[in-house]
Amino acid sequence: MRYRSAARIMVVVTSTVPATRRLYRRPDRGLAGGVASGIAEHIGVRVRIVRVLFVLLAVAGGLGLALYGAYWIVVPAAPDAGRSRLPPWLEYLLAAVAAAGAIAAVGWAMPLGSLFAPTLLACLGGALIWRQATDSDRVRLRRLSRTSLVASGSDRLGRLRTVAGAALVVGGGVLVLARADFTAIRDGLLAMAVTVVGLALLTGPWWMRTVSQLGAERSERIRSQERADIAAHLHDSVLQTLALIQRNAASPREVTRLARGQERELRKLLYGTRANSGQLADELRTVAAEVEDAYAISVEVVLVGDAPMTEPLAAATSAAREALVNAAKHAAVTTVSLYAEVEPEAISVYVKDRGVGFDLDAVADDRQGVRGSIIARIERHGGDVKVRSQPGSGTEVEIRMPR
Amino acid sequence: MSAPVRVVLVDDHAMFRAGVRAELGGRVEVIGEAGTPAEAIEKIRTGHPAVVLLDVHMPDGGGLAVLEAIGTSIPETRFLALSVSDAAEDVIALIRAGARGYVTKTISSDDLADAIKRVADGDVVFSPRLAGFVLDAFRDAPVAPSVDPEFDQLTPREREVMRLLARGYAYKEIAAELFISIKTVETHASNVLRKLQLSSRHQLTRWAADRRMI
Repeated sequence: MRYRSAARIMVVVTSTVPATRRLYRRPDRGLAGGVASGIAEHIGVRVRIVRVLFVLLAVAGGLGLALYGAYWIVVPAAPDAGRSRLPPWLEYLLAAVAAAGAIAAVGWAMPLGSLFAPTLLACLGGALIWRQATDSDRVRLRRLSRTSLVASGSDRLGRLRTVAGAALVVGGGVLVLARADFTAIRDGLLAMAVTVVGLALLTGPWWMRTVSQLGAERSERIRSQERADIAAHLHDSVLQTLALIQRNAASPREVTRLARGQERELRKLLYGTRANSGQLADELRTVAAEVEDAYAISVEVVLVGDAPMTEPLAAATSAAREALVNAAKHAAVTTVSLYAEVEPEAISVYVKDRGVGFDLDAVADDRQGVRGSIIARIERHGGDVKVRSQPGSGTEVEIRMPR
Repeated sequence: MSAPVRVVLVDDHAMFRAGVRAELGGRVEVIGEAGTPAEAIEKIRTGHPAVVLLDVHMPDGGGLAVLEAIGTSIPETRFLALSVSDAAEDVIALIRAGARGYVTKTISSDDLADAIKRVADGDVVFSPRLAGFVLDAFRDAPVAPSVDPEFDQLTPREREVMRLLARGYAYKEIAAELFISIKTVETHASNVLRKLQLSSRHQLTRWAADRRMI
C-alpha cells in the first residue's frame, strides 16, 4: 500500500498542467506542406474547404500564397506526423525558388538592396554554424556574443570599448542627420526593417526549434533531479531504518519506535504536512512526535484549525506535552489521543488515554507532574485545566486557554 | 448472538488481506477476497456480503471504482473504507460515493471487528481523524447563501458528538458524557455522514473532485 501512495504522489509532483491544443502542420496528410490539413484538423472543418479558401485568396492578389508560405515556415509539424508526402527534392526546389524570389524582390525593389544579399549570406553562415554546434558550443557562443556586445561592469577595457563604440554610432548618426536627405533616410530605414523581417522569417524556424529544444532539456533535467531527490531520501531514511529494525528485531519496543518514527517522516514527505513553524498545529505535532520517539507509544493527533503561537499557547503546548508524557509513563497504554481545536476566543487541547487511570486526590502534594507543570502553568496564563481520571477507566486532561 | 457478518475483503496486497483475515478470526465470516476493483465487483455481485472492507488506494480506480460500479444496486451490502492514509480528505470521495465509514489500517483487530459489526447493523463509523476533518470542513458558516442549508451546517449537538469522537471517545462514552442514549449518538453520527455525502460545501466538493484516486 505504501508503495502505491508513493507512486501516486510522484505522479502529482512530476505532472504538469494539461497542454493547450496547438496548431500543427500535418505534412503526412497534406498535398504540399500539410498546412491546410493542419488547420482543418485544428478548427474541425473539412480539408477541402480550407484548400479552396487558400486558392481563392491566392487568386486575389497572391495573399493566399504568402499566407501559405508564412504558415509553412511558422507552424511546426505535428510531433507524431510522418514524412511529408512531397518527394524531398521537390521540397528543396520549392524552398530554393521561394528564397531566390524573396532575395531578388528585396535586392532589386528596395533602396540599399545591394547590401541585402551579402548580409543574408552572412546570416545564413552564422545559422549554419549554430546548427552544427554542440550544446556546450552553443553555451560558449552565447556567452561570447553577450560579452562582446556588452562588457561586464568590472572590465575596464571593455567598458572603454563600449563607450567608444557608442560614441562612434552617435557621432555617425549626428553627422548623417546634419547633412541629411530625409527621404533617403526614411527609405533606408524602411529597407532595413523589411530586411530584418525577412531575416526573421528565414531563420525563425531554426531559432524556435533551438529554444524549444533547450526548454525540453531543462524540464527533463528537473524531472530526473526530483527522482534523484526522492531516491536519496528513501536511501537515507527508509533503508537506514529498515536496517536498524533488522538489527533490533529482538526488541519489539525499539522496532515499534523506529517504525513509527519512520512512518511519520515518510508521511510528512508524501502528504506534505508543511512545516509551518510558529503555528500551533505544527508545534503540537512536533511535541507529539517527540513523545512518540522518547516513549515508544503512538499519539493519535487530530487538529482542527490553527493559530500563530503566542506565549499562552506555548504554555498550553508544554502542558499538553507534560500530559502526553504522563500518559506514556504511567497509563500503560500503546496509544494516546491528542485533540486540539482552535476556536475564535480560545483553544482547547485534550489528551486522553484508556489506561489505568488514577485518583487525583490520592496523588501526593509533592509530586510535581500534574499540579506543577500542567495546572499551575496554565493558570498562570489565564487558562484552566480539568483532569478527569478514574482508576481503571483512563485519564483525560482538558486544557483551555484564551487566545 | 446472530450469525457472523459476511464480509468481502478488498485490498491489492494479499499479505494485508491474509493479515486481516487472521486477525478477525472467527468473529466475522470472510466469504471472499479481491485484489482488484474488477474482481471485487464480481465477488460482491455474486456473494451479496453484508460488509465490504474496501481499500482506498488500488490500481484501476481504487475503492471509488468499486463503489461507483455497485452504486445502490445491492442495498444489503454496506462499505467500510480502510486506508493507510492519515489524511481523512483521502476518503471523502469514498464517503460521498456511499461508504458508511472510514478506519485506518493501524486500527486494532477488536476495534475493526466492532466497526464491521456496527456497519453491518446500519450504523456509521467515524475515526477520530475523520471526525476532526468534519469539524474542520464545517467550521465556518458557508460563504455564499448555500443551495441546501440543511446539509451545509452541523447542529450544535452534532458538533458536540463529532468533538467527542475526535477526542477519542467511544459511542458508549459519548452517550454517558452527553446524557443521551447510544441510539441517539448513532443517529447524530449517521446524520453527519449524510451531510458529508449531500453537502454542497466547497471544501467537500473540492476534495471529492481532487481525489479521483489513482
